Amino acid sequence: MASPTPTDTAAHDTSQIPAPEGSITVTVRILRFNPEFDDEPHWESYDVPALPTDRVLNLLINIKSYVDGTLSFRRSCAHGICGSDAMQINGVNRLACKVLIKDLLAKGNKRTTISVAPIKGLPQMKDLYVDMEPFFEAFKAVKPYLIAYGNEPTHERIQSQADRERFDDTTKCILCACCTTSCPVFWSDGSYFGPAAIVNAHRFIFDSRDEGSEERLDILNDTEGVWRCRTTFNCTDACPRGIQVTKAIQEVKQALLFKRV
Amino acid sequence: MQFHKYDVLIVGAGGAGMRAAIASATESGATSPRTAVLTKLYPTRSHTGAAQGGMCAALANVEEDNWEWHTFDTVKGGDYLTDQDAAEIMAKEAIDAVLDLEKMGLPFNRTEEGRIDQRRFGGHTRDHGKAAVRRSCYAADRTGHMILQTLYQTCVKHGIEFFNEFYVLDVVLTDTENGPVASGAIAYELATGEIHVFQAKSIVFATGGFGKVFKTTSNAHTLTGDGMGIYFRKGLPLEDMEFYQFHPTGLAGLGILLTEGARGEGAILRNESGERFMERYAPTIKDLAPRDIVARSMVLEVLEGRGAGPEKDYVFLDCTHLGEEVLETKLPDITEFARTYLGIDPVYEPVPVYPTAHYAMGGIPTNVDGEALRDNDTVLPGLYAAGEVACVSVHGSNRLGTNSLLDINVFGRRAGMAAARYAARSEHVELPDDAAETVEGMVQHLRTATGGERVADIRTELQQTMDSNAAVYRTEDTLKQALSDVHALKERYGRVAVQDKGKRFNTDLLEAVELGFLLDLAEALVTTALARKESRGGHAREDYPDRDDVNFMRHSMCYKLLPEQKEENAPLGLTGFTSDIRLDYKPVVFTRYEPMERKY
Repeated sequence: MASPTPTDTAAHDTSQIPAPEGSITVTVRILRFNPEFDDEPHWESYDVPALPTDRVLNLLINIKSYVDGTLSFRRSCAHGICGSDAMQINGVNRLACKVLIKDLLAKGNKRTTISVAPIKGLPQMKDLYVDMEPFFEAFKAVKPYLIAYGNEPTHERIQSQADRERFDDTTKCILCACCTTSCPVFWSDGSYFGPAAIVNAHRFIFDSRDEGSEERLDILNDTEGVWRCRTTFNCTDACPRGIQVTKAIQEVKQALLFKRV
Repeated sequence: MQFHKYDVLIVGAGGAGMRAAIASATESGATSPRTAVLTKLYPTRSHTGAAQGGMCAALANVEEDNWEWHTFDTVKGGDYLTDQDAAEIMAKEAIDAVLDLEKMGLPFNRTEEGRIDQRRFGGHTRDHGKAAVRRSCYAADRTGHMILQTLYQTCVKHGIEFFNEFYVLDVVLTDTENGPVASGAIAYELATGEIHVFQAKSIVFATGGFGKVFKTTSNAHTLTGDGMGIYFRKGLPLEDMEFYQFHPTGLAGLGILLTEGARGEGAILRNESGERFMERYAPTIKDLAPRDIVARSMVLEVLEGRGAGPEKDYVFLDCTHLGEEVLETKLPDITEFARTYLGIDPVYEPVPVYPTAHYAMGGIPTNVDGEALRDNDTVLPGLYAAGEVACVSVHGSNRLGTNSLLDINVFGRRAGMAAARYAARSEHVELPDDAAETVEGMVQHLRTATGGERVADIRTELQQTMDSNAAVYRTEDTLKQALSDVHALKERYGRVAVQDKGKRFNTDLLEAVELGFLLDLAEALVTTALARKESRGGHAREDYPDRDDVNFMRHSMCYKLLPEQKEENAPLGLTGFTSDIRLDYKPVVFTRYEPMERKY
């Protein structure tokens, strides 16, 4: 395998990709990096057939399958619930399996170009693979599990529908890192816990069954904690689960200010 | 090559794997066995997270219920191929399994009294079939997501060690005077391409299913049957591989799952003319009949010309009468899937659906403690299996909805406890010198192969033939076609080459490995399906439309003949094709239920 060539559409033979009836040609630009060959990341372009109903993930799979097997990216469920395929698509953090081509089409007769790059703020390991370990370390640091003292009840704990509803939004998190890696504070300071960790702290702080709020709030009161948040709202926009991330962070801040959960 | 030593090694970090890890580390009573979990993904990426509708347990929080009714439903749902002792254990332990999850923090939906809420689900009935019962404990339509997150959170709490993005490609067996004993596993580290040898006293396989043998499937790209494939290649049996469940309501053309919980909340299946056709097939519980019956009915509607759409190739799931509030609060995710992927809003329009390949009832045979069996009843010491990779058999020929989330919790826990206790009373078994040879050879071969075949081409053709010939309805002819296609594809697979020759994150190479497992499992599925000349549960033969208890009230045991076995055992020639598969059978365990005609 020759090392990947610099941006040069003509160099990539995409004719082997099956082109179903009704497909159009779009250009996919990918910020590629293979540490075994490259000194630094570079863009490569691929002209590929796409149906309007295709997900961006389908195009990446086709490029990998029929053009360049070295193209590397995470994917699993392909319908937005496993959180594997977070990436920057046209500059914003999205799951590649939740973005349809029809929503990216250029106006008029212009050729559609779709830019794909790894999520920002975590080291790029190869193509769209980033090192997820710092992200999960921040998650683990906020004690993201139920803390309850005393004897366990014999039956289930009773929780009112209203109390259950109180933290519903933050239970939806799939740990895809779209929010954390869209945060300008995280980009400039990787030791900031980041939105996802705070969302998961919120999920327990506001759970009426939990008795660990103080421990968690102490952790988040740290210099790398919630006070670094500048309410840019990038995180809320990036969340593929529609979680009101910034609001959750604000609620944690308020809990710290007023010692009230 | 790196070397690691643990007491208990768990392969797979979905619900079954993580439940086993928690049981091993905290519940077994053994003095803190060193437990590690290997996963080819990150734990929270596992496909348990895609399960939606709930987990059944006869809590009787909202109406009268008891675990005996749940046992009966599970046995009848499995078309009497279910091992009744195992089903009884599952239904009985279901109650604690749900309560354990609640205590770990799982945010179940609640009743007005603040107890765990329950809803109806297919095949779950009051008093042996009288009416649908509210048995499924749920968290909106993301119960699997909540289970996966809660189990991962609990693993974090207990500091359980994970090796993420480690692909286990082989299990190591050591021959002893008492026969083979499991002694370790060989893993490929995705980030570096390095091979790791893990020595362990006990090993739990919890690697999930193999839905990717089909084209239209609710399964993730990563569900390639690695655990079953590894076991099968050792010459060890797979049980009941012909029984593959098609979930009735996949988004048409895409296969993305729409939970049966929608019908549990009152949604209705309709054909092109708007008729509620399930009234004809299951007059008592209609749309809440078990999945095999609903899937067959849907296919019949389409085959008989009553399908909807321009190609008349799907039916509708009608949720429009449920109202926006029910959809947004109890079924929010599937509402969003329909909007995102089909551009259809279930609040106002019926959703096009068609059966989608969903769940393997078969797998590695185990007893009720998750101990893997190397024939009909001999335990393979040190090896355990739980979840979809295993066949206990609690699902018989057709799994009831919600019983998979239950299975992973009940039998994940039992396997984890048994593995830890076994480790506590055993010594490490020495690994053979050539423990990693098979994996090294496989990786080296793929890295240097120069053949002209492409992984994607073989995989696509495999999925197409399986969809066309081995899906909801099968015949001798279609299955023979599938088998001959699989054999041809296996032959081509011998010439497969990968483009990525590197070490770092080489998913090109791993996709080739995974395809090898898929081909082996497809062959096992089709071969056992050919031999089963009856219709039962998830196996519907047009040429043998009736259940045949005289000849086929028995589990299939499917063995791959190893090269050294081939000379002694001539191929069975079941189909006129040479095959390196040997079939055997195993009796079903009956306790209190006599087989009856299955009507709903």
